[in-house]
Amino acid sequence: MFKNWNLKIVNCFVVGILMLGFATLVVGCGGGKKAIQIKGSDTMVNLGQAWSEAFMAKNPEIAIAITGGGSGTGIAALLSGTTDIAQASRNIEKKEIALANKKGINPKEIHVANDGITLVVHPSNPVSKLTIKQLSDIYTGKVKNWKEVGGADQKIVALSRERNSGTHVFFVEHVVKLGDKKNPNEFAPAILMMPSSQAIVEEVTSNPQAVGYVGLGYLTKKEKALAIATSNNSSYVQPSVSTVTSGSYPISRSLLFYTNGEPTDEVKSFIDYVLSPEGQKIVLKMDFVPIK
Amino acid sequence: MKKYAELLIEKAIFLSGMASILFVVLIFIFLLKEGLSLFSDTKLLSFIFGRNWYPISDPPQFGILPLILGSFFVTLGAIVIAVPLGIASAVYIAEVAPVWLREILKSGIELLAAIPSIVLGFIGIVTLAPWLKNIFHLSSGLTALAGSIMLAFMAMPTIVSIVEDAIVSVPKSYKEGSVALGATRWQTIYRVILPAASSGILAAVMLGIGRVIGETMAVLMITGNAAVMPTTFLQPVRTLTATVAAEMGEAVSGSSHYYALFAIGIVLFVISFIINILADAFLHRKTK
Repeated sequence: MFKNWNLKIVNCFVVGILMLGFATLVVGCGGGKKAIQIKGSDTMVNLGQAWSEAFMAKNPEIAIAITGGGSGTGIAALLSGTTDIAQASRNIEKKEIALANKKGINPKEIHVANDGITLVVHPSNPVSKLTIKQLSDIYTGKVKNWKEVGGADQKIVALSRERNSGTHVFFVEHVVKLGDKKNPNEFAPAILMMPSSQAIVEEVTSNPQAVGYVGLGYLTKKEKALAIATSNNSSYVQPSVSTVTSGSYPISRSLLFYTNGEPTDEVKSFIDYVLSPEGQKIVLKMDFVPIK
Repeated sequence: MKKYAELLIEKAIFLSGMASILFVVLIFIFLLKEGLSLFSDTKLLSFIFGRNWYPISDPPQFGILPLILGSFFVTLGAIVIAVPLGIASAVYIAEVAPVWLREILKSGIELLAAIPSIVLGFIGIVTLAPWLKNIFHLSSGLTALAGSIMLAFMAMPTIVSIVEDAIVSVPKSYKEGSVALGATRWQTIYRVILPAASSGILAAVMLGIGRVIGETMAVLMITGNAAVMPTTFLQPVRTLTATVAAEMGEAVSGSSHYYALFAIGIVLFVISFIINILADAFLHRKTK
């Protein structure tokens, strides 16, 4: 009966509210535990999780909460004072700094790891290397068929991350606009926008016509990474820990933390841990690239 | 003493009732305040009928026609799938099924409502999309159709529950009269019961539409989100809700992009409002 059904909803709602209340109680009086909030880049969520698990094992008196949502979300949270650390896979923008100063927040950048943006295709795709120019042509819709870049006669299904992703912002600037912010190139409207790196990996694994980009950490045996060259007369480089460290892989970037001013207390000890040899070992284990 | 208790309870209930209206009004005011700021530099007509959605370009273009059509396609497809299935299930549960099966079916359909949309979205990406790609020989299975199929599942529980309720509340005398005149069971169902329950059925369809148009997570995962003008169900679309969900995190607060997302919120609010008004009108229509 509809009436019962309504009651059920009300019940769920009441239980939900009670649980929320209980949760805040637990957090609010968690036996004097110190809490660190970390928000931001989806690329870095798993890395942040690995760091915080290892750190909490050593410092049981500190609790760390990690959420994703995109670099922009993390920086927005830092500006509204709802997070201690913003994880970002792109640099903070001028307008964000202006907004921060207006709010009396002073974002400090800490370089914690490196990442190579990896172009992935289905293993059966004959194409194994592309230049940045060719990639730009694919993502602006100038090149629509794999045969134009040395593949089979099939339509290209180009996948991108959504606009809330730092990876997306970085990719637009360094690949689509060929490294020049003033370049008028734009993503073609027909590009498929995926909500997460995982969604890109899923689609590439099941679709021989797809090409997408993810952080090095998301690469598995079920996809093929393309070798990338800066221009026609430079050599093609496979993305890997060693090529990103040496700087020879053309689309690599810094992974960053932003804090409000100099980090203090437990936030500082966490960041010190992240930058320590042990923390950087975790970077390597998560398939990202250490800074040293 | 008793009188005071009565008075107190009466006031408490009154306040609760007023509170929900107040919340809706406050939300609407907030949406208007943020969303209308967009129209200081973008014309309303170019916002609603613009064909290009380039929110972070320079200069930005805020045309939401492809997004409105994307939402329309996905919703239409979902309703075309969910309504016949939903009505048929409701008729079976209310009129045909034996009592023991009726209970199982009802709980089963209510369970369907309990599946989180992100789970449905994930199932859609992993199984439905590759499957559609192979059946229709598409370049990608992430299409409006994939979204419609998944959302049909989400709208089903709403539709079935309300239609079943409407059928059960048809006066018994109608049914008995029809059978007494020599009508078969099927004739009774489609010539007497369904017309008598028609206002409830229309309301169910409206609420189903409301459920589908507001859905965000599953759509974000399986429709491909390309902001192109859709022409068929077999191409990627970007819906209004998915756009807000995907871009809100990156929009710099106070920028036109941020205001444009709130303006999309106003558009969604107005659409849902109209749907609810219609559903209400159908529900309270006097049956002839």
